[in-house]
Amino acid sequence: MPPVLQLKGITKAFPGVLANDHIDLELNEGEIHCLLGENGAGKTTLMNILYGLYKPDAGEIYVRGQKAEIENPNDAIQRGIGMVHQHFMLVPVMTVTENVMLGVEEKRNGVFLDRAKVAARIREISHDYGLEVDPDAYIKDLPVGIQQRVEIIKVLYRQADILILDEPTAVLTPQEVEGLFKILRSLVAKGKSLIFITHKLKEVMALADRITVLRLGRTVGTVTPSEVTPERLASMMVGREVNLTVSKKPPKVGDVALEVKDLYVEDERHQVAVRGLSLDVRAGEVLGIAGVQGNGQTQLVYALTGLAPVLSGEIRILGKPVRKPTPRKILELGVGHVPEDRQRHGLILSFPIHDNMVLCTYYQAPFARGINLQEKVIVANAETLAKQFDVRTPNVFVPASSLSGGNQQKVIVAREFSRPIKLLIASQPTRGLDVGSIEYIHSRIIEKRDEGAAVLVVSSELDEILALSDRIAVMYRGQIVDIVPAAQASKEYLGLLMAGISPADAAKSVAPVAAGEVERVF
Amino acid sequence: MAAENLSTKIPSRKRIATGIALLVIGLLMSVFFLPGTETGQTATFGLNLSSSAAILLPDMTLPVQTSLYVLVLIVVFMGAYHMARGIRSPGALFGVVAFCFVAAFLIWATRGRSLSLIGMLTSSLVRATPIALAALCGVISERAAVVNIGIEGIMLIAAEASVVTASLSDSLYIGLMVGILSGALIAALHAWLVIRFKVDQIVSGVAINIFATGTTSFLSSKYLQHQSDLLNNSGTFPIISIPLLSKIPIIGPIFFENNLIVYLMMIIVIVMHIVLYYTPWGLRTRAVGEHPKAADTLGINVYLMRYVNVIVGGMIAGLGGAYFTLGSVGRFDEVMTAGKGFIGLAAMIFGNWNPLGAFTSSLIFGFADSLQVKMQILKVPIPSSILGMAPYIVTMIVLTGLVGQAIPPAADGQPYEK
Amino acid sequence: MSAKEKTEKTETRPKSEKNRSQAFWQSLLVPVLAVFTGLVLGGIVIAATDKGVAAAFGNFSANPVGIFPAIWKAVATAYGALFYGSLGSPREIIEGLRVYRSSGDMALLLKAIYPFTESLVTATPYIFAGLAVALGFRCGLFNIGAEGQFFMGALGSAFVGYSLIGLPWFIHLPLAILGGAVAGAVWGAIPGYLKAKFGAHEVVNTIMMNWIAFRLSDWLLTGPMKASGFRPVTPTIQRAAELPRFFPDPLRFNWGFILALLVAWLVYWFLFKTTLGFEIRAVGANPDGAKYAGMSVTRNFVLVMTLSGALAGLAGASQVLGVDHWVGQGFSAGYGFDSIALALLGKSHPLGVVLSALLFGVLRSGATRMQSLAGIPIDIISIIQGLVIIFVAAPAIIRWIFRIRVSEQETVLTRGWGK
Repeated sequence: MPPVLQLKGITKAFPGVLANDHIDLELNEGEIHCLLGENGAGKTTLMNILYGLYKPDAGEIYVRGQKAEIENPNDAIQRGIGMVHQHFMLVPVMTVTENVMLGVEEKRNGVFLDRAKVAARIREISHDYGLEVDPDAYIKDLPVGIQQRVEIIKVLYRQADILILDEPTAVLTPQEVEGLFKILRSLVAKGKSLIFITHKLKEVMALADRITVLRLGRTVGTVTPSEVTPERLASMMVGREVNLTVSKKPPKVGDVALEVKDLYVEDERHQVAVRGLSLDVRAGEVLGIAGVQGNGQTQLVYALTGLAPVLSGEIRILGKPVRKPTPRKILELGVGHVPEDRQRHGLILSFPIHDNMVLCTYYQAPFARGINLQEKVIVANAETLAKQFDVRTPNVFVPASSLSGGNQQKVIVAREFSRPIKLLIASQPTRGLDVGSIEYIHSRIIEKRDEGAAVLVVSSELDEILALSDRIAVMYRGQIVDIVPAAQASKEYLGLLMAGISPADAAKSVAPVAAGEVERVF
Repeated sequence: MAAENLSTKIPSRKRIATGIALLVIGLLMSVFFLPGTETGQTATFGLNLSSSAAILLPDMTLPVQTSLYVLVLIVVFMGAYHMARGIRSPGALFGVVAFCFVAAFLIWATRGRSLSLIGMLTSSLVRATPIALAALCGVISERAAVVNIGIEGIMLIAAEASVVTASLSDSLYIGLMVGILSGALIAALHAWLVIRFKVDQIVSGVAINIFATGTTSFLSSKYLQHQSDLLNNSGTFPIISIPLLSKIPIIGPIFFENNLIVYLMMIIVIVMHIVLYYTPWGLRTRAVGEHPKAADTLGINVYLMRYVNVIVGGMIAGLGGAYFTLGSVGRFDEVMTAGKGFIGLAAMIFGNWNPLGAFTSSLIFGFADSLQVKMQILKVPIPSSILGMAPYIVTMIVLTGLVGQAIPPAADGQPYEK
Repeated sequence: MSAKEKTEKTETRPKSEKNRSQAFWQSLLVPVLAVFTGLVLGGIVIAATDKGVAAAFGNFSANPVGIFPAIWKAVATAYGALFYGSLGSPREIIEGLRVYRSSGDMALLLKAIYPFTESLVTATPYIFAGLAVALGFRCGLFNIGAEGQFFMGALGSAFVGYSLIGLPWFIHLPLAILGGAVAGAVWGAIPGYLKAKFGAHEVVNTIMMNWIAFRLSDWLLTGPMKASGFRPVTPTIQRAAELPRFFPDPLRFNWGFILALLVAWLVYWFLFKTTLGFEIRAVGANPDGAKYAGMSVTRNFVLVMTLSGALAGLAGASQVLGVDHWVGQGFSAGYGFDSIALALLGKSHPLGVVLSALLFGVLRSGATRMQSLAGIPIDIISIIQGLVIIFVAAPAIIRWIFRIRVSEQETVLTRGWGK
């Protein structure tokens, strides 16, 4: 029997980079095939080609042994291919039913939408595959875990039997990941075939029937989990031996640098997102905030850095109470901020690198005299920093937009770390970066800690939190549920807290303290 | 719980400020309107448009001072109540206060005289027609995430095109069709520029406005002014009374004794509402405006949806343009749209990007417009040019969003790239 | 593919000095071709509406080649009149120079340079108004209200100019200029404040402010500011408030032009060499990033709209104090939209604005002559301008027409409705 799906020699070039270079891939019926590779390896590009969102420059696709020309998503859908995207493709202001029926609407009297009929079909699918969801709920009111179910239902509603899941676990708690795996296994049991894209080794080992590893746009090889160790997979993925742990000295803890008491913050829709949060960070330690995305971490960081107003509560930075914080006030206190979204907040993309390097200090000596900018000083400063922080760029006059993601992040890190900061707030510091940049930025953060700065790291990657932190705080629905010393924290315990289980209940089911050494896997 | 207290605790300062503002409005009303009145004076408001109505309603005669006191008291009470307890719906609050203010103004202006209220409301609807059509054009384009700020220019071109063809062909219907088609054409140009070439949507709209002003004025001074009888004299659509419906008191003369374009406008409002919320096309349009990538991954042709919606919008704006000539005065004058296209955009925003809302807020603008005209007739001691600012000032107030926060479609104004 | 991934895939290319000067010339390419294309299309409109061409078409079966000379004649007459009316005739200028050299009599020379000085006179308010719009663009704001700000500036200047009596010129003139700048600044600041405070879109609000300005001026010119007499105009300003002229009447070329160049240089320095300009450009390029860096987005919005209004107000001031000396109804017709076109054409750079303003001055001032000589309505210029804007804003069209391969960085000028 031919494979359900065969990709042969797929090649796709973007200006300046070969995203896919003669990639081959086979998917058998009823298998879970993991596509493993680090950020930028070309996984998403490959799947977008398969789904008809991009046209390949070369290569062929065979579906059930037949050559298929897939020019747009309609072609893919008609051939039974469905995709669950990494960023959910759901319209927030519409209901589950409307989202599911979009593009394949049922009609009444040939003209009007038949919502009832679709809702009934959704209930059927929910029942068959264990995907509980209310068809009449609005997407914006649903937690991400449920939104993901809607995405899967959307694919099943279109009667797909080849499912592509692009980094589906990125936004889930460890327990939700377990739930998802259960659903995926039941799908396979009912004859569906899955391609599961990820960069997380553990998931691959737990779920895959076969694994294909991509690196820099090329196929490195296809293996089964029983043939390999995680270490072997990691080096296939990165191309060299990888140091799986961050080495760090025990912290030398000093005075309290950041103190937050009973903080309330609203999000952009005026919903209270941080509700009565208290924490403190001391000089010389890293406090990591773990939690599923969307539990108020963004608003917490915004409030601490002056980007969002504080509803009530108290913030003290280096012992000084901060009332009505503005970003500038806080920066001038000696706070560095590596923002969550580097392209939205961290950089002015159209500005040259040298201007981005003084984005927060352009008005201070020696970069300005009165209101006159000192261009020579600004350029010299940028050239020094670019060397010091290993920013790979031909010169500092090119716009920041021309840099790779990793180098953009290094520009931000260079700017923030070169100031005399006593408190560092880093939000998702390595999101979307390649392993080399991740290692580099992690080591720089630890270096800052060892210099005596207080560090607050927010990340939705539990592994990153475990690797960097001295203490770990778990955030759920705008509150800190528990704070545990990182050296002993167990991943399962943190996972339960992230899912909203109270510390007391969580401690009953798993040990809050991990047995062995913590291993970092990206 | 602290969190629950927050919602009542935090905005209280704003509430007190609003309350004080209301008290001040109440005070101003009494300062402005009361001094000129005399005891026993009355204001008479006519409730019949013509004597042809089946049921003649008696005129409404109000004692001026008493009515003013009542209206001022209502505003003051609202302000005090809002300060003490808080009124949940800012829309209702604004609506009541605005009504009291306008009513007080009307009563004061009409003191000792009479004013045909129905006539004024009828003319509000008529004056709202081009604004509503512009707003509807905006709604359907922006629901598909294309901002069309060139509506003014589209209406100008359609106004000229329709009057010239109607004059030449001696058929208002041919003129109307040409007006609609010319609207579609310009809108198609806009769509082509912003979708195919990714031109900034605002810039393209402005270019269309400049181009339209230039073209229409060029043609007008080159041809229309010299051969006015041949080219610029179309006549207007007659008023059609709908049998029976037009006999209903008050509602009849307002809604069912109008010309073709006004009826078409009302039909479009209803049809657009149904299409947007109850048909696959509407579902897809809204998806394209909110999250085009999601629509694209489901096999919906984002570009096609946008083209069609913008062009349909252009046809509606073209109808609005034809209103200025064929529906109103029967001739073209340079820059005769006088900012109605932009006011329509404000009505669209105030109407929260939905057809019924856009229609309702257009009525408010139409009312402001017709109020100003009536005041000139009543010889209110305020210069007409100052009164003429009313619609523009109302537009600006509406845009502050103090009166109900409007949320645009999420992808509004952004080009879509695969 | 997300934007993030895309930028990761654009590799950096080294940019040498040579490439930079090349880039400079390339940046001129599109505007020049845009103007050229606009003129060609304008020519088509002229030919299409010409009686001679129509007659030749009527005669098409008898003399099919006859339409070409007819078209040529129509377009050449029109554009000939346009450029003769705006630049003058080289022959007459040389003749005038010769007479002046030999006899010291300036009359002929002055007559010969009159058209050219008139173009500079027309260009003067364009420079100010174009700078106003360009400054807004740099901060991500679209000021369509230059028209109203211009008008208010003119009224402000006129008021200071005629109401104060007996001041020496070195006090009265600066005061009158200031009066125009302040009036324009107020008219710009209101939409700026509404944008900053409520997120109300400045495009619609500045247009509303235009209409309010017209209504207000209607009232002022028929009431409080009306000169004695029948016409709705302001009194003539005092001599002490006039911008001095370089030549005797009827040449109206005055110090306003020099002031405009000076202000253009100031704007350049302000935008590119100062911390304030750095903030403005940062806010324009990425408001969220600017806020993160500690800049106040809202303060910059208000500041820029105020300055922008002041610049447009100066345009009105220069027109009143240097050229007209009084204000009447319909005073500023068209300046607002023209200034948008030339800010776009000048790529929001002060030097570009000055160059485009000179071009527009030439077009506008020649168009008057074209109207009287060739009977072509002055509105043809608006048609050409609309086309030029489209072409400048969509370089892809120009590239497509002329088959050139230039990759330019396209910047986002504006955003959707205020959020």
